[in-house]
Amino acid sequence: MTVLDMTATRAGEWIPVCSYTDLLPERGAAVLVGGRQAAIFRTFDGALYALGNLDPFSGAQVMSRGIVGTRNGEPTVASPMHKQVFSLVTGVCLDDPSVALPTYPIRVTDGTVEVSVV
Amino acid sequence: MKDGEHMKDDKRMRLVVVGHGPAAHRLLETLTSRGFDGTVTVFGEEPRPAYDRVALTSYLTGTSVEDLTYPVPDGVTVRTGVRVTSIDRADRVVVTDAGDSEPYDVLVLATGSAPFVPPVPGRDLPGCFVYRTIDDLDAIREAAKDARSGVVIGGGLLGLEAADALRGLGLDTHVIEMSGWLMPRQVDEGGGSVLRGHIEGLGLTIHTGAGVASIEAGPDGRVASLVKPDGEAIAAQVVVFSAGIRPRDELARACGLEVGERGGIVVDEGMRTSDEHIYAIGECALAGGMVYGLVGPCNTQAEVAADRILNGSAAFTGADMSTKLKLLGVEVAQFGAMSGALDVTYMDPVGGVYKRLFVSDDAKTLLGGICVGDAGPYNTLRPFVGKPLPGTPSDLLFAGAGKASVDLPDDAQVCSCNNVTAGTIRVAIADKGLTDVQGVKDCTRAGTTCGSCVPMLKQILVKSGVDVGKALCEHFSYSRAELFDIVNVRGITTFSQLIAEHGTGRGCDICKPVVASILASLGRGHILDGEQAALQDTNDHFLANIQKNGTYSVVPRIPGGEITPEKLIVIGEVARDFGLYTKITGGQRIDLLGARVEQLPAIWRRLVDAGFESGHAYGKALRTVKSCVGSTWCRYGVRDSVGLAIALELRYRGLRSPHKLKAAVSGCARECAEARGKDFGVIATEQGWNLYVGGNGGFTPRHADLLASDLSTDDLVRTIDRFLMFYIRTADRLQRTSAWLESLDGGLDYLREVIMEDSLGICADLDAQMERHVSAYVDEWRATLEDPDKLRRFVSFVNAPGVPDPSISFETERDQIKPVLIPLEVTRR
Repeated sequence: MTVLDMTATRAGEWIPVCSYTDLLPERGAAVLVGGRQAAIFRTFDGALYALGNLDPFSGAQVMSRGIVGTRNGEPTVASPMHKQVFSLVTGVCLDDPSVALPTYPIRVTDGTVEVSVV
Repeated sequence: MKDGEHMKDDKRMRLVVVGHGPAAHRLLETLTSRGFDGTVTVFGEEPRPAYDRVALTSYLTGTSVEDLTYPVPDGVTVRTGVRVTSIDRADRVVVTDAGDSEPYDVLVLATGSAPFVPPVPGRDLPGCFVYRTIDDLDAIREAAKDARSGVVIGGGLLGLEAADALRGLGLDTHVIEMSGWLMPRQVDEGGGSVLRGHIEGLGLTIHTGAGVASIEAGPDGRVASLVKPDGEAIAAQVVVFSAGIRPRDELARACGLEVGERGGIVVDEGMRTSDEHIYAIGECALAGGMVYGLVGPCNTQAEVAADRILNGSAAFTGADMSTKLKLLGVEVAQFGAMSGALDVTYMDPVGGVYKRLFVSDDAKTLLGGICVGDAGPYNTLRPFVGKPLPGTPSDLLFAGAGKASVDLPDDAQVCSCNNVTAGTIRVAIADKGLTDVQGVKDCTRAGTTCGSCVPMLKQILVKSGVDVGKALCEHFSYSRAELFDIVNVRGITTFSQLIAEHGTGRGCDICKPVVASILASLGRGHILDGEQAALQDTNDHFLANIQKNGTYSVVPRIPGGEITPEKLIVIGEVARDFGLYTKITGGQRIDLLGARVEQLPAIWRRLVDAGFESGHAYGKALRTVKSCVGSTWCRYGVRDSVGLAIALELRYRGLRSPHKLKAAVSGCARECAEARGKDFGVIATEQGWNLYVGGNGGFTPRHADLLASDLSTDDLVRTIDRFLMFYIRTADRLQRTSAWLESLDGGLDYLREVIMEDSLGICADLDAQMERHVSAYVDEWRATLEDPDKLRRFVSFVNAPGVPDPSISFETERDQIKPVLIPLEVTRR
């Protein structure tokens, strides 16, 4: 695996990060890709989401440790620090729409989760 | 002048208050909250600042002077133990017995009242007391030590309170009342007879229609007996006079202020005396020809005077004298008039209940009512006095508080202690968007004094369209307590099942931890088992407390704060080897900070091997049971507080609850463990243990209330078991025991009925639930270390398990690590 290389990954490049079964339903995990941190989530219906791991309110790399849920049907994660809720789909903070997490493409190939973090 | 010579040019108003009791306190509080910018000097003749006289009797059952004492507002100078001896109105100066004088621009007399002691021969003998101040109570308690029986002269409200106190001090107690029945100012003859039945049932002897001929001394010169006019002698070593009050108007008289024929300083609607620079408030004032002795009207008078001092135009135009109280365990209530053209009466001498409503001759208007034994109708009906009846009289008699579906008119007074109307409360709810009782209390003061109107506040909230915080979140329309019952009764074991059957959507950061906590309280497996893991907040998920830089803290359990040198060394070595910051916590244990997620298992491996287990500092769970060193070492200790604290901590360790739980045990009344600031606190007595509940430090400090006294260790543990389980079952999410206790309809008395008298028949269930918890306890960290699946989650990066989070770094401060914080780059759109 080359994921530990601190060199930037190329745009559009898919990086394998873990096996799909490494992810717990309704829970996140952090990945380190090219020196960047992303938070990836597997929701109850099997869908995957990837966002920035940095909590913009506290400055700590902790978004992957938030509680996953829904708000009005939209899948969400709440910051474990001060509980601001973000959309897993758009990254927008639902409690303060002027703030958003970056979102990254994520997919499963042959049981392996891949993200594209640039 | 308190600020010295340089203040000579100060043009600020100089306010002087004579007397420091509840009315003076309310005046000061009102002035302070409204930004009064003058100087304030208060003279109180008692050796201590103002305290809560309504709760005076609780002093004898364990409430401390500190708890009863009101806080002195900032910027106010209170001179205690100083008596004002004269007022020089011409020069506007008061003179004190300390020999100095104090000039004033405005003077407020709040001198209160003195108990009336009828001119009976022997009334000055040692052993004769009045019942008004903490000093009086100290003296009575001292005298009761060598006494067998006592007599209270006066069977009114205060007299019965004094009788309760004597009974509590173990005396064979008599009450002598001049009129034909007890509490003649609050109840009629029928109510009085039912009340008498209750009180005689407690072993007190009541003499009505009786006077006192003389009080006789024994050979030691102290009170030995009391002789009635019919010659009957009652043996008594303690006599308490409680035959009414007389306004303390002597200062006013001496300086020529107008006083009433039967006493009391005459005031106008603005509480101003015949001298425009002098006000009088409280029990010394004669307002509209009346002296008011209840806390509610006196508070209103204080607020009116404060408003006038601030150039307002508030007026005191009389007060609702309605009363609801519980005396010697009997509810007594009276509201409105005590007579009327028609009345409806219900009397049950066997059950000890008496209720009577007075209505107008057309039976359409409510005039007043009397309740003894069951004050249920009081809350519902008092606001309707003078208004059309909201139902048929017989229905209303039996409508308990909160049950009758009635809409209060806007001008109906809901809180008589603080004079708050239904309209005021509705406006506050609408304007401020209030959603709970606490909000209403904060904004309007309603319900903050005696609390009897809290059920009404709830009702008004509900009727104002406020869903009283019942729905937990958008996923569950149930309260936490209801969800607890559903999970418990239906035997639900997973969040998925619960939300599929009883909720909507997929949950959130509010409901998931609540359900996780309920499942844990009911002993449904390790908190990281299967689906439960996904419900947990990050702290519970990593069994550690997240810190601001994303690292975690580790707190091993140190039961009762007792630890061997060997174990201390292990903690030191672990901290050193993993580079952690160490600090002693307030709960008598040691916090190790700065651990990264992937370090936690290795740290805990070392701790568990050395015999430590999880301290649950990360959970909404029992934290610690703090203790003083107790009788083993301390020369004052009366019991082994450390031993008990350890036993309690081991019994309740791991117990998940709606919020964190803290406890303490003190080995004597000096209370070094600060038990009264805890959710449950135990203080050793000569006879056993006193149990206090509902204390809190933190954001809203509250001293715990005395739930039970002199318990054996077995009784103590059983009572705490039930207290905790009842709290866990019924509290709201994140509601500490203090707020829970305050929100319980019926408060401490109700709690006592439920967990000590089993009024709901649930005690066996609560006991069994606690037994299950105790026997099923396993250390969460040990279990985690033994489970490779759970251990796999303790990585910073799922794609690089051994790599530490590169964003975490430390610098050094005072020889220890401290987080380096990365400047925030918030992505604002």
